[in-house]
Amino acid sequence: MAAPVLAVHQLSKRYGSQEALAGIDLEVQAGQLVGLLGPNGAGKSTLTKIACGLVRPSGGRVEVLGQPAGSPPARAALGYLAELFRFPGWCTAEELLRFHQRLVGSEGGGAERRELLELVDLGAAAGKRIEAMSKGMQQRLGVAQALIGSPRLLLLDEPTSALDPVGRRIVRELLEELRGREVAVLLNSHLLSEVELICDHVAIIARGRLVKAGTPAELAGPGAVEIETGSGVRTFEGAGRDDAPGLVADLVAAGERVYRVEVRHSSLEDVYLAAVGGQTG
Amino acid sequence: MSGGQLRSAAAVVGLSIREGVRRRVFLAVLVLTAGFLVLYGLGAHFAFRDVDEFAAGEPKILDAHAFTGATIFGMAMFATLFLGAVLAVFLTLGVVRGDAESGLLQPIVVRPIGRTTMLLARFGGAAAISAAYVVVVYFAAYAITEATGSWSPDHLLGPALALALGVAIIAALSLLASTLLSVTAQGIVVFMVFGAGLIAGLLAQIGNAIDSDSLHQIGRVASWALPFEGLYSAGLHALISGTSGLTGVVLQLGPFGGSEAAGPEMIAWSFAYLGGVLALAAFVFSRRDL
Repeated sequence: MAAPVLAVHQLSKRYGSQEALAGIDLEVQAGQLVGLLGPNGAGKSTLTKIACGLVRPSGGRVEVLGQPAGSPPARAALGYLAELFRFPGWCTAEELLRFHQRLVGSEGGGAERRELLELVDLGAAAGKRIEAMSKGMQQRLGVAQALIGSPRLLLLDEPTSALDPVGRRIVRELLEELRGREVAVLLNSHLLSEVELICDHVAIIARGRLVKAGTPAELAGPGAVEIETGSGVRTFEGAGRDDAPGLVADLVAAGERVYRVEVRHSSLEDVYLAAVGGQTG
Repeated sequence: MSGGQLRSAAAVVGLSIREGVRRRVFLAVLVLTAGFLVLYGLGAHFAFRDVDEFAAGEPKILDAHAFTGATIFGMAMFATLFLGAVLAVFLTLGVVRGDAESGLLQPIVVRPIGRTTMLLARFGGAAAISAAYVVVVYFAAYAITEATGSWSPDHLLGPALALALGVAIIAALSLLASTLLSVTAQGIVVFMVFGAGLIAGLLAQIGNAIDSDSLHQIGRVASWALPFEGLYSAGLHALISGTSGLTGVVLQLGPFGGSEAAGPEMIAWSFAYLGGVLALAAFVFSRRDL
């Protein structure tokens, strides 16, 4: 397997007596979309901030394309959108992107700015002042800003929290396109359905520790087969779709009359709730 | 500093200047400064006219015309320093902690520019604008004084440069405060330090007038601890350094008569102090979690 774009090794962070991260390991490969889930205060934003050099780790290490997080080459390789961000309100969308082009040394010029604004459906708002934009428009502009200079790694902290369903779909389609361009994406989100829909890999952290990781399918796993018979509803926990015909055959052979068969999957929400133990921040 | 960092620094300075223009900060500063200069012109005109009238025919023990010119121009210098300090503080307000708390800083410092370059760019922009501002206002006040009373200071350029360096030091102190304090606390602390420096300078003046070594010593220590005050005092001194006799003595003892010249040690110390404050600000900023 190729070297990961983002590699997190035994990462820990303490704020005074409070332990925000306690030995996290995580990797994001090129073209991979990794969803980071966890309750408020679990350490998701801290991990992201360490990866882009805003916060210094207490222990462990984070590398971006083999370079220490926070170093100039590491910062040059990433795009970042914070959960709580603000852009100068007097600036227009076009001016903001031009400013960030100069910061990263992008030579994309007007073509890059137009392409990114179109990608987040802000093509018609290029000359609009940011203070006159809705929160959702600002968030989409933030995503466009993070993509300036064609970063190899995109760190997005709750990028769809202020978006309406249409805005979410725009960002979702954009992320899927980025996957096609081999961009590595780490996505912090509370929206389980969204993560389940677009992420290749999911990591759930709680109280600063990685409690569950895998593909959405691996995490969701088999749930149960529920069969309604003449003598009542019977549930076969752990059984999957492939088990259903055999279970029905056995029941019929035993003289039962079968009225309904339902294969139930455990959703990512079930897995998440089981992993974090009902914890909320 | 690499070419990329220079380009990024220029982008940050450019953004700050555009913000000042777009938010009409510079327009407000220009209007208020024009108001100050008009008032100053009126004051200088009437002061020279009245003094020349009542001093006519009197024995010349004290050169009332020179005394008036030096006093009102010294006051103009004080006002220029104050306005320059306000501008320097405003341009550096909330640059680190304030902008970090509002989320403005993070999108910039994750870029390759780096924290130290970003900080130096903000300082460079604020110091250059504030320094240019005080030099322009100083020479405008000089032109008004010359036009209304035909009076010129003994040294013209030195005090202007002292003011420019003084406001650059205030900008650096304000930047350092922004790495440690919230916006409101930063503004309060910097203006209190500014006021304390000027009060210490006045104490030194009083110490000279009443021949108190202790007060004079307090003033000297303050001048070195807060060199913008030392530079300002030295600038006032340079205005009248060639004025002799009773007029020179009385002016030096007055509120706008600096008692000490800026020797090479004070100038070297001011630059070293500026570098030290910026280095400390960069160190604190580099250690801060954002």
